[in-house]
Amino acid sequence: MKIEELRKLREKVREDLKLREGIEPRVKIIVSMGTSGIAAGAREVLKALLDEVAKRELKDVIVLQTGEKGLASAEPIVEVVTKEATITYGRVTPEIARKIVIEHVINGRVLSEYVI
Amino acid sequence: MEELSLHLIDLIENSISAKASLIKILIEVSKSNDLIKIVIEDNGEGMNEEEIEKAKDPFFTTKKNKKVGLGIPIFAQIVESCGGRFEIVSQKGKGTKVNAEMKLSHIDRPPLGDLASTLFTSIIGHPDVDFLIKIKTDEGIVEINTAEIKEFLGESSFNHPEVIIFLRENIDREIKGILKGGI
Repeated sequence: MKIEELRKLREKVREDLKLREGIEPRVKIIVSMGTSGIAAGAREVLKALLDEVAKRELKDVIVLQTGEKGLASAEPIVEVVTKEATITYGRVTPEIARKIVIEHVINGRVLSEYVI
Repeated sequence: MEELSLHLIDLIENSISAKASLIKILIEVSKSNDLIKIVIEDNGEGMNEEEIEKAKDPFFTTKKNKKVGLGIPIFAQIVESCGGRFEIVSQKGKGTKVNAEMKLSHIDRPPLGDLASTLFTSIIGHPDVDFLIKIKTDEGIVEINTAEIKEFLGESSFNHPEVIIFLRENIDREIKGILKGGI
């Protein structure tokens, strides 16, 4: 990583970061990364979520990892946490992950067919 | 798990479960020495001797919400079945170091896989943890120090869309640059 590239990036994001300081993100998307989750494809799911969040410039959304949920047969598991509710999705594929961002996170429509 | 990079995520998650705030990762690939080495060291809670002994036992875990811990036993078995060496060094209150070495040319060795995605997702998915990463191959060395990047860009920068894209592209490019042709 070149220092010049980092400097340019800092200039780009400085104002945004100042505005967000101390403010809780509107949505937290949490991917379960226990052994069974990883084996079931959680890394690709997380990558798809990050790609969608970055591509759509969702600045009030944070994507995080957590450990085993104890629901191995439903992995990969993704939780969408807002002030109003926590929705848990199971057997998530990268395609479903992208749908979760578009439909649930942006449009506010829970994808009930994938909820566990 | 078909890739060594997926086992690396599992090891990282073990460090996170042990409340590590700093994770050091060394990946060394040497065609000339016929060696692939994965070392992960954390400053987490550590394990006592009994816990270290049992860490390779699939029916032992200290995690309260989980019945069995399969990650380390499976990885250890893969390393040893490739004629390699798997070692855990840990001290209660000081952290844990896991060292895995195996022959690069061993026929049963799983591929390293998508190391860039593993590192990128782990770094972004754990913004409160610092990663000090070194990848060494015959082609060169890549070093990533997330504490330095955070200091430069700001503590909460890792969930900013521009920063996510920047890290993904940079990690991808730099790792592909020294792991040409796949391992």
